[in-house]
Amino acid sequence: MTVTTTLNGNVSAATASAAASAAATAEATGPQSLTMAKALNTAMADAMRADSSVLVFGEDVGMLGGVFRITDGLMAEFGEQRCFDTPLAESGIVGMAVGMAINGMRPVIEMQFDAFAYPAFEQIVSHVAKMHNRTKGKLKMPMVIRVPYAGGIGGVEHHCDSSESYYAHTAGLKVYTPATVADGYRMLREAIDSDDPVMFMEPKKLYWSKDQVDLGALRAEHDAGTSTEGRAAVARPGTDATLIAYGPSVPTALAAAAAAAEEGRSLEVIDVRTLVPFDDETVCASVRKTGRAVVIAEAHGFASVSSEIVARVQERAFHYLAAPVLRVTGFDVPFPSPKLEHYYLPSVDRILDAVDDLQWED
Amino acid sequence: MTIHADQSAPETAVEDQAADVRTKFGISVEDYMLPARHQIQMVNPDGTLRSHDEQGTEPGHEYPTPDDAELMAAYEQLVVGRRVNDQNSALVRQGRMAVYPSSHGQEACQVAAAMCLSEGDWLFPTYRDAVAIMTRGVDPVEVMTIFRGDWHGGYDPTEHNVGIQCTPLTTQLLHAVGVAHAAKLRGENTVVMAMCGDGATSEGDFHEALNFAAVFHLPVIFFVQNNKYAISVPLSHQSVAPSLAHKAVGYGMAGERVDGNDLVALLAVMDRAVKLAREGSGPLLIEAHTYRMQAHTNADDATRYRPDSEVAEWQAKDPLARMKSYLTDKGLLDEEASTRIAEHAETVATQLREGLGEDVPVQPLDLFKYVFAKQTPQLKEQSELLASELAREESAK
Repeated sequence: MTVTTTLNGNVSAATASAAASAAATAEATGPQSLTMAKALNTAMADAMRADSSVLVFGEDVGMLGGVFRITDGLMAEFGEQRCFDTPLAESGIVGMAVGMAINGMRPVIEMQFDAFAYPAFEQIVSHVAKMHNRTKGKLKMPMVIRVPYAGGIGGVEHHCDSSESYYAHTAGLKVYTPATVADGYRMLREAIDSDDPVMFMEPKKLYWSKDQVDLGALRAEHDAGTSTEGRAAVARPGTDATLIAYGPSVPTALAAAAAAAEEGRSLEVIDVRTLVPFDDETVCASVRKTGRAVVIAEAHGFASVSSEIVARVQERAFHYLAAPVLRVTGFDVPFPSPKLEHYYLPSVDRILDAVDDLQWED
Repeated sequence: MTIHADQSAPETAVEDQAADVRTKFGISVEDYMLPARHQIQMVNPDGTLRSHDEQGTEPGHEYPTPDDAELMAAYEQLVVGRRVNDQNSALVRQGRMAVYPSSHGQEACQVAAAMCLSEGDWLFPTYRDAVAIMTRGVDPVEVMTIFRGDWHGGYDPTEHNVGIQCTPLTTQLLHAVGVAHAAKLRGENTVVMAMCGDGATSEGDFHEALNFAAVFHLPVIFFVQNNKYAISVPLSHQSVAPSLAHKAVGYGMAGERVDGNDLVALLAVMDRAVKLAREGSGPLLIEAHTYRMQAHTNADDATRYRPDSEVAEWQAKDPLARMKSYLTDKGLLDEEASTRIAEHAETVATQLREGLGEDVPVQPLDLFKYVFAKQTPQLKEQSELLASELAREESAK
């Protein structure tokens, strides 16, 4: 590996060693313990190695490697031309990425936190989402907007919003949100490969979650063109009721299913993975099988992705339902301060209560 | 593709730039970035050439007069542009188009913005810049599609390197920055023209675009047509800066003011800006003083917010009459050339009348076709729903 000499010749020893460790991860084969953060980082590094039009930029993503270190080592390995810090202006970052996408690049940009992306809302809604349609496909928008989102980390205000519904509601955007380490890798690589703009919602409380992952196998899967877009995963099979969750709520749903199993109730957990496009087939197949469903999401329930899921399920599986589809979501209040967030977030107990309410007596 | 250019401004950029400016122009970097004390103006409203001392130039702000061939080619586009504006306004009155934001009175700016560019360069226009887009070579009827209501864009931006007319103010300036940045990373010598109006300079993206272009040292020319009104709101409500061109120094780029109804001065200033940008001087901000002679659009009533006397004052500064008189006096424009140019303008007007008079049937299923490069199952389902509705309507006929 060559560490590109930067303009000022000041690649720090720390950054260089980060790059060296990134390269070491890249070379490892067989199952290894990996965090979601590392999986995302490796996905970007692999994509940048494969295609020199892939660029990474945003606030603090260069020398620092991002406030969550997701871009750690990328500047050292790929140079300041391909991974760099921008002025502190989110609309500027997204707008410049639009121009770069027009002119042959595949930008992967970071919005530092969910709520910090709001200044870029106009660029995202009016241009990122609409350029392909407006130009009848003459201009493609192959860009990824990475958004660390949602709560559970004791963050202060403006650092914990679940903003996915804004994007899912906008025609022309695809919205991915991984819940496992392996999906972190596979879905980010697919997002970077996509000729459509992808809002890549990263559950920040899962950045440090670990799993045994075989990067070699994931790379082979990527190279074979395996797609997860529009394909929900059955995260845990079950027979009595379906828990439908995505992103940060998937581990909570799995914990609830594990607890329910101890009480003799078999819950199936569906990880939606891509909110847009939505996998009606897998979700409805599960609900038809179990006849009962609870949708779980951190975001406010009102006019949200969770309400959309309920609507779709009842439109497509009404006659299979033994009970109304229930939801466990964040309350319709601004995201609370750190000491109050556990009252707000969907919890195992709240999910189990909802499951108990699925009219079992009938 | 190789990426090799140094994309970010080095820590020493400020000192380097100061030294470069001193070597190149013999003035301080502040004097280079601040606009000249007066706007650059070469031809008087009556068509007479101003003496060199009265052109507003200063050391480091020198502008050679464009050559005769360029002036004549530009004049021809000016005449065509005026005809296009008036034809389009007529087509709106006849109900052939929903709306047309006319650049009547601003045609010199339109022509100069397009003509100063080379083939591989890019232009990012607003909704009022149809004449600039046509001057760049885009098919006139395709330019007007957006206003006819067939689709939100009518031409292929990659064919002539022209972005789609942008409606949300100044958002396109950032796209211009991104195009320039990508080109620079690939080592291409592309200059990008980013157009906006005076009101748009109040938008946040104006600030972000100028700052990004300056920090990444990109060859972008920010061209502000100061036509004095943002719909009804006068410039005094947008900014109390000494001039809009003065905003440049705050970003570390050069600014200049030019008479936006003087095509000779505009070409001189824009040609030099393109040259400087291409040579690696970074971005520039040009403010052209002009006037929107007509209402914002046909839906607007300009008499509610500006006096007739002001309009009459600007009528006397008309860019077309001024250029015609200048070129005639210079012996470049004779009866024969005038006739030929008028015929060219009439040909384009006919093309517009015929093209926009034709009712091209819309394709309802196109609604779903271009939302994504890879369509979603949900859109496929909705497309099939509309298709079956259409089939039912058809069979009921």
